[in-house]
Amino acid sequence: MSETITLEVLRYHPETDSEPHFQRYVVPYRDDWVVLDALNHIKDNLDATLSYRWSCHMAVCGSCGMTINGEPKLSCHSFLRDYRGKVVRVEPLDHFPIERDLVIVMDSFMEKLGSVKPWLIPKVEKPLSAGEYLQSPGQMQVFHQYTQCINCLLCYAACPQIGLNEDFVGPAALALAHRYNLDSRDGGRDARAEVVASNEGIWECTFVGACSEVCPKHVDPAAAIQQTKISASVGWLKDLLTPGAHR
Amino acid sequence: MARSNKPMLWLPFAGGGLVAALIIPVLILITGVLVPLGVLHLRYETIAAFAHNPLGKLIVLGAVALPAWHAAHRLRMTAHDLGLGSGIAIKAACYGTAWLLILAAAGALIAV
Repeated sequence: MSETITLEVLRYHPETDSEPHFQRYVVPYRDDWVVLDALNHIKDNLDATLSYRWSCHMAVCGSCGMTINGEPKLSCHSFLRDYRGKVVRVEPLDHFPIERDLVIVMDSFMEKLGSVKPWLIPKVEKPLSAGEYLQSPGQMQVFHQYTQCINCLLCYAACPQIGLNEDFVGPAALALAHRYNLDSRDGGRDARAEVVASNEGIWECTFVGACSEVCPKHVDPAAAIQQTKISASVGWLKDLLTPGAHR
Repeated sequence: MARSNKPMLWLPFAGGGLVAALIIPVLILITGVLVPLGVLHLRYETIAAFAHNPLGKLIVLGAVALPAWHAAHRLRMTAHDLGLGSGIAIKAACYGTAWLLILAAAGALIAV
């Protein structure tokens, strides 16, 4: 018989299960298969009731984040060959409620993301006829790294502060706020600061750095948050020294 | 949500991190290794004069106070990360120790 590998997958169907449990599946082992391929094999050939999110299979869409042998990872980015000879344990992302099997409820994140206003808030609104808001390649380079976020939520699963305080705005949303704050066309820093510079914003972060370690797109949210701490502190000092002048 | 006053705690913490990373290792190398080994010769009068000067006092106080605050804040954050909570007892132990060190350093600098 050709080589196989065992997946231990967390199952939870809220309408029938009182609590989550693990189910084992034996799938063919292929050198060039990722965990997502193994899950697709299960879904297509062994058990059509298994639910999980995926779309692009190439680390772009950010849908297939899961906990694989204890680590938050994109299942399309995790080769079976790295787990050869072991049981691969697949669970939903930590710190989120389970919708069904490996599918998490991400409403809390969507709300946090919206709260930091992750869109361009121009300094001065121009009519369409006035043309584009121009930007040089150098000005774009300043924030480019932070545009790479695919909202896969691996950073939320890795962050111990999210585990301790679910109200923490969290790494991805704060990194995206930083991305717009750094944009030369943007004037929304103050509008974002109400959330970003609040106790539940950047100040809940203790710089553990797990978010940046697990980020599959090398966004480095931890750096974004520390840089925001500096700019928020400068803003705070300005407010202190010139009361009323700011805002 | 309102903007936080955390910068009050964080700015000296960040400054202390900078001092602890860039200046303290040099001071340890000079006072703990090079001078005892006789590689570097410092005259007592020179160092004493530095500590007698008001600006010198301020620099020495900064070199003690900022890293002490950094350590206190870092330990409190680590306690929080480890799930030990962030109650008044931990705050008092961390920041209290830092304040004791800072006041002791300030007292010694005023006395010399």
